Amino acid sequence: MLETVWFILWGVLWAVYFVLDGFDLGLGSLIPFLGKTDDDRRTLYSAMAPFWDGNEVWLITAGGVTFAAFPGTYAVMFSALYTPLMILLFALILRAVAFEFREQLASPFWKRLWDCCLFLGSLIPALLLGVAFANLFKGIPIDSEGVYKGTLFTLLNPYGLLGGILFVLLFAHHGSLWLCTRTEGAIKETGALWAKRLWALVVVAAILFLSASAWATDLYANYTKFPLLFILPALAVVGLLGSRLEAARGNWWRAWGASAITIFAATLFGVAGMYPRMIPSSLDPSFSLTIYNASSSALTLGIMLGVALVFVPIVILYQAWVYRVFSTRVRPTEGGAKEGLY
Amino acid sequence: MDTVLLSRLQFAVATYFHFLFVPLTLGLSILIAIMETLYLRRNDPQYLQMAKFWGRVFLINFVVGVVTGITLEFQFGTNWAGYSKYVGDIFGSLLAIEATAAFFLESTFIAVWALGWNRLSAKAHALSIWLVAFASNLSALWILVANSWMQSPVGYVLRGGRAELSDFLEVVTQKYAWLTILHTLAAAYILTGFFVMAASAYHLLRRQNSGFFTKSFRMGLTMALIFSFFEIVEGHLHGADLAEKQPTKLAALEALWETQPRAPIYIVALPSPSNDGNIVEWGRIPSAMSLLAHHDPEKPVKGLLDFPKEDRPPVLITFLSFRLMVTLGIIFCILTLWGWARRNRLTESRLYLRGIIWAIPLPYLACALGWTVAEMGRQPWIVYGLMRTKDAVSPVATSQVGGTLVAFILLYTILGILAFWLMARHIARGPEPAQAEV
Repeated sequence: MLETVWFILWGVLWAVYFVLDGFDLGLGSLIPFLGKTDDDRRTLYSAMAPFWDGNEVWLITAGGVTFAAFPGTYAVMFSALYTPLMILLFALILRAVAFEFREQLASPFWKRLWDCCLFLGSLIPALLLGVAFANLFKGIPIDSEGVYKGTLFTLLNPYGLLGGILFVLLFAHHGSLWLCTRTEGAIKETGALWAKRLWALVVVAAILFLSASAWATDLYANYTKFPLLFILPALAVVGLLGSRLEAARGNWWRAWGASAITIFAATLFGVAGMYPRMIPSSLDPSFSLTIYNASSSALTLGIMLGVALVFVPIVILYQAWVYRVFSTRVRPTEGGAKEGLY
Repeated sequence: MDTVLLSRLQFAVATYFHFLFVPLTLGLSILIAIMETLYLRRNDPQYLQMAKFWGRVFLINFVVGVVTGITLEFQFGTNWAGYSKYVGDIFGSLLAIEATAAFFLESTFIAVWALGWNRLSAKAHALSIWLVAFASNLSALWILVANSWMQSPVGYVLRGGRAELSDFLEVVTQKYAWLTILHTLAAAYILTGFFVMAASAYHLLRRQNSGFFTKSFRMGLTMALIFSFFEIVEGHLHGADLAEKQPTKLAALEALWETQPRAPIYIVALPSPSNDGNIVEWGRIPSAMSLLAHHDPEKPVKGLLDFPKEDRPPVLITFLSFRLMVTLGIIFCILTLWGWARRNRLTESRLYLRGIIWAIPLPYLACALGWTVAEMGRQPWIVYGLMRTKDAVSPVATSQVGGTLVAFILLYTILGILAFWLMARHIARGPEPAQAEV
């Protein structure tokens, strides 16, 4: 029972991470398209500056909770995905540093350098997270000891790549909507235009991914067993349609919220399909890591549940407060050295 | 080279580099919080100017510390899968608690502080830096509890081929953990004190903004002075605790080979592990080791020869790191006492100010040496007495670990140079003119 509770929490934590860091990763990956002038680029940075660090902690927490609640999964997941995970971490380092270092020197070369780092540091994690999760949905070649028998290229199969592209598009769409909630004027119009374009691409990628899941994975097995679960993909579709409708009406916060629902439900769609497996083995189903053979002791799961129930609501409260403090729209001229960075 | 050695090197690179930035985060956040509070209490705009000036140094330092920390959290899984499976029940939960209780608070409020100057009341703004200071020190506490469990495992049972939690309170309250926490935090505050003193000395020597930098210098000096002396006493207690918890580490750091009552310390010694003894021994202080370890000159202290060879840590490196760390600790006491004597005529003490600037690498070195003693001294164990380092490594290809090791070294070198260069540049430029309002 505790294992199932933690499995759900595990899925929810990753989903929350994708919803929150998703918009700033997405916005970062749009910088070559949206940031034509230095003012525009500064606006892009300002639109995410107060949030990205807090958002990234959800990744640390998702990782930490995997370690605490499912040490077996943590060990196999990150050693099997060794190279992509390392690339992801290097990318996140460059990206975080870009936020801090960019405004330290006035040289245009310096600024372009960090813009480049922000772009790659946003695009690569989005892509790799998508590739990684699609491969987890599909199963990876691990033996009975949890030793990974493939290479980096095993992961770059068509279904994995499709997952990567879907994540990049979902995040970019999510980010462009975020930009519309936070800015005014020309940059907002460009953002709205890109939101519209990206939405069409997301729809195509999502349809492809959902149909590919039917033959590349056995995610749907759980859905035929418990048809009630179909509410998850349905929610993702409703969110996607809603985000387009609300965007057309200019309700940017609602459009962003609908996109958040899409990302949240899409993640849980895959996670629910995996239950009770956490890392299905493509070599032999009996080698799969499940919530039963990879979890911590009941005592640890219980203590961690207490910790999560106390702290996560508190975190949500103060992070929501921060979103409110910084909810007013940004202008390119705001701040400067006096205000901090931008 | 094999995967174990490469993984150890990779983890060493990642942790040493991470810990170049952590101590300043731990200490400077507190100093900035004090500055902002003094500004509110005394209504002296110079304190606000100080908070902003040191705040910018803090932010550059902070971001590098954060991102290198994220990497470390995942490296347990990437490189130490065997370890992760074995201890996840205990170690993993401590890391997860660190993230939920401390990282969120720290990362959320650092943004509020850095970007919220015009959005918050002065009091709420000061509160946000206090929260950052609290959270970063709290995160140090949790990770050190986790590290201490590797050094001195308690509150566990062995079940199903792994260590499972049996008593959470024992893990969190064990003496070893609290000695480690105090030792590491004090080291961080010493480093911060010296950093602020050195940066201020640069301007005091040039007689620029003397009021501003005298105030800053004295804050750094007070911090460094208190904790330099604290560290001597605390370090002694920490060492004595090792006699009970990690006898092989204690024997290695004093190069004691034979178990003996009235165990001596040599002022100069050079251990030679291949000869199972010291090739240089000079300046014998009889019973010193027994006194330090057991507070009793007669009581025997265990020597390395009592343990099989495969259970002994690398003696030479542990011994030398420890000696050098202790020497530096004594130098910090002397330098801070000297500074205290000159605190009212700093600008005239040119020799002292120059010395303080040259001394800035020393606390960084001391921290690195301290971690070397802690981690090398624990070898060949990853969890003392329970699991050997060679059994903890991931089943990954040597080329993967080697390739990423090279990438780590390249990326971190560039990052480190840039970060310290940006901090130095900002410091050399000095503070922006004070503003009465805001």
